[in-house]
Amino acid sequence: MSDTDTGTENLLYPGQEQEPSAEELAKTEINAALSPEDKLRLYTEMVRIRAFEARSLRAYQQGKIGGFLHLYEGQEAVAVGCVSLMGPDDHIITAYRDHGHALAVGMTMNECMAEMFGKATGCSKGKGGSMHFFAPDKNYWGGHGIVGGQVPLGTGLAFALKYQGKKGCALAFMGDGAVNQGAVHEAFNLAGLWQLPIIFVIENNKYSMGTSQARSSAYDDCLAKRGEAYDMDWGVVNGNNLYHVREKTAEAIKRAHTDSRPTVLEMFTYRYRGHSVADANAEKYREKKEIQDYKTNRDPIALFGNILKAEGLLKDEQAKEIEKTARAEADAAAQFADKSPFPNPEAILEDSYWSVDNKGKDADIDALNQGRIIFEDGGLLKKK
Amino acid sequence: MRKITYRQAIKEALAEEIERDENVFVMGEEVAQYNGAYKVTEGLWQKYGDKRLVDAPISEAGFVGLGIGASMLGLRPVMEFMFWSFCYVAFDQLLNNGSFCRYMSGGLMNVPITVRGPANGGTNVGATHSHTPENLCANHPGIKVVCPSNAYDAKGLMKTAIRDNDPVFVMENTLLYGQEWEVPEDEYIIPMGKANILKEGKDISFIAHGRAAITALEAAGIMASEHDIDAEVLDLRSIRPLDVEAILATVKKTNRVVLVEENKPFCGVDAQISHIIQEEAFDHLDAPIKRVSSIDAPQIYSMPLEKIQIPDARRVVKKALEIC
Ligand SMILES: Cc1ncc(C[n+]2csc(CCOP(=O)(O)OP(=O)(O)O)c2C)c(N)n1
Ligand SMILES: [Mg+2]
Repeated sequence: MSDTDTGTENLLYPGQEQEPSAEELAKTEINAALSPEDKLRLYTEMVRIRAFEARSLRAYQQGKIGGFLHLYEGQEAVAVGCVSLMGPDDHIITAYRDHGHALAVGMTMNECMAEMFGKATGCSKGKGGSMHFFAPDKNYWGGHGIVGGQVPLGTGLAFALKYQGKKGCALAFMGDGAVNQGAVHEAFNLAGLWQLPIIFVIENNKYSMGTSQARSSAYDDCLAKRGEAYDMDWGVVNGNNLYHVREKTAEAIKRAHTDSRPTVLEMFTYRYRGHSVADANAEKYREKKEIQDYKTNRDPIALFGNILKAEGLLKDEQAKEIEKTARAEADAAAQFADKSPFPNPEAILEDSYWSVDNKGKDADIDALNQGRIIFEDGGLLKKK
Repeated sequence: MRKITYRQAIKEALAEEIERDENVFVMGEEVAQYNGAYKVTEGLWQKYGDKRLVDAPISEAGFVGLGIGASMLGLRPVMEFMFWSFCYVAFDQLLNNGSFCRYMSGGLMNVPITVRGPANGGTNVGATHSHTPENLCANHPGIKVVCPSNAYDAKGLMKTAIRDNDPVFVMENTLLYGQEWEVPEDEYIIPMGKANILKEGKDISFIAHGRAAITALEAAGIMASEHDIDAEVLDLRSIRPLDVEAILATVKKTNRVVLVEENKPFCGVDAQISHIIQEEAFDHLDAPIKRVSSIDAPQIYSMPLEKIQIPDARRVVKKALEIC
């Protein structure tokens, strides 16, 4: 990518809408409000996510991480851009490709890496794994493994905010494949019907596993337009351009906050890795050339880096330093995870029922819960 | 004491909890303006309005998921299924998100929802509308399941379900909605996991849940009047948690057991109970454990045949006499 390329080509989506120029986007209220420090922080967050994912991949290859590993490299601007706009009563929920959102809301690399290593120090104490990160204290409600299953939950977050009279909204993320799930359409209908303060973000990375959008979805211009059928506002976004993500998301959040209007935003982006690390087909259902094109011409970090350089806020040296620091942080997280203990076997039985975990803390609830609730303890209860 | 219907008892529980806690609301198909498909919520919308009684579109996965999401932020949704038979289109929401969100977050959150509605056969509506999914749901750690057999229990257990901080599924019965029982005016709650001896006896134990407990009670009457056998009837009230202590106590007292349920037999609730008895009270058994359940086929429509399919008192008596 040349230093002058700021990604203003209208390459990412086929709709009628023209992507504003970098200059225009920089001047919009929401982006102009960013201080130089803010901008560098957002850049750094994207770099951190990429470094974390690269380190996760290595840990997976070393056999430290089990199961699936869905990497976010290439999509960083979506999570970082959206989360950068969240206020105290805004909530977020996503699918299994959840590391980017987790780091963006401020979860530490240590707790996330340790979770994937299955360690007690993980954010979910090693009970959820890569697909199931949670941080309710940061308004982050997961991390969900069933395609589309999180979308009704996100709609419920928005419902609760409206019920409680709070000026907040929910951001519910899903993939381009998820939009064909019935539960998603049911949630869309409820959001439109009850005018809930929610933004449905479709992260369109062109594929659901090995199936291209053209082979999975009926659509004319774009998937976001489906929102129109449910009385929602909708829009398309260059998901690799952080300023554009912020601009469109800010509009949607404002609509949610002030008018309780739901929005569907389709953010065009691209994943560099296979669907999951075990996706050996990564280069069969798409051409190497395509991957290379995105990496060299439309990379979200490089794009934003170039914008910052053009704005005089970032120097090459500094960019290298940021990357180095992020890699070191990811390495340290892997070390932390590696050194952390696995949970005790007794942990298998914990965190299933609130009433069991909190026995003795609330006499009223204790009184409601008698009898046996666990039917095979593998000897763990007696051991305790 | 005054007598009210099972339906009225549930309605009172809902009304009392709506008044007690502003986070409680009822959502489901036809629950508000239509007054409920089975009139359980009759009059509540007029009294409490749109916020507390919410008519949902026919969208079980959507609105159950929405309720779970809303509960994560502290609301206490009471979600009505017109029939529990419709839970299958919402299974992912109920049994992945409802059951497991707490676990997968390492206990960082909880899902204080109540999901309620009728779960029974016997109304000639065919296999799609006659499910008894208490066994399927109770198979998921994280879920609690209660099956009240009478108006008193329905009210007390419903209030408990709403107050509890875990997801509780309440399985009611349309055949009981119109029947009356004594229910005190004063407020009360009934704990989960506390079975109820409907009739004391010394010769044999009938253990049942839901409407089958009433069938068992009727069978005990026949045992006494026609066979001079004194049967004890234990109503489990809740499936998970389960009052194992009460189960073992009655077995140790009578040494003979017939388990009665309207569930289908294979992997039914009583399969688990039978296992517990043989493991923990084997030496107290004077005869094999017997089971009476619905006949093992999809629920039949034909009126006289459906009566045969669901356990009745005669079938229970016949089984009991095999071991007395
Ligand atoms: C209900 C369900 N069906 C299938 C799967 C297996 N699966 C996991 S991810 C995935 C592809 C989803 O693609 P998309 O929604 O585009 O999200 P992306 O992976 O691209 O982020 C599939 C088929 C699943 N987890 N859940
Ligand atoms: Mg995709």
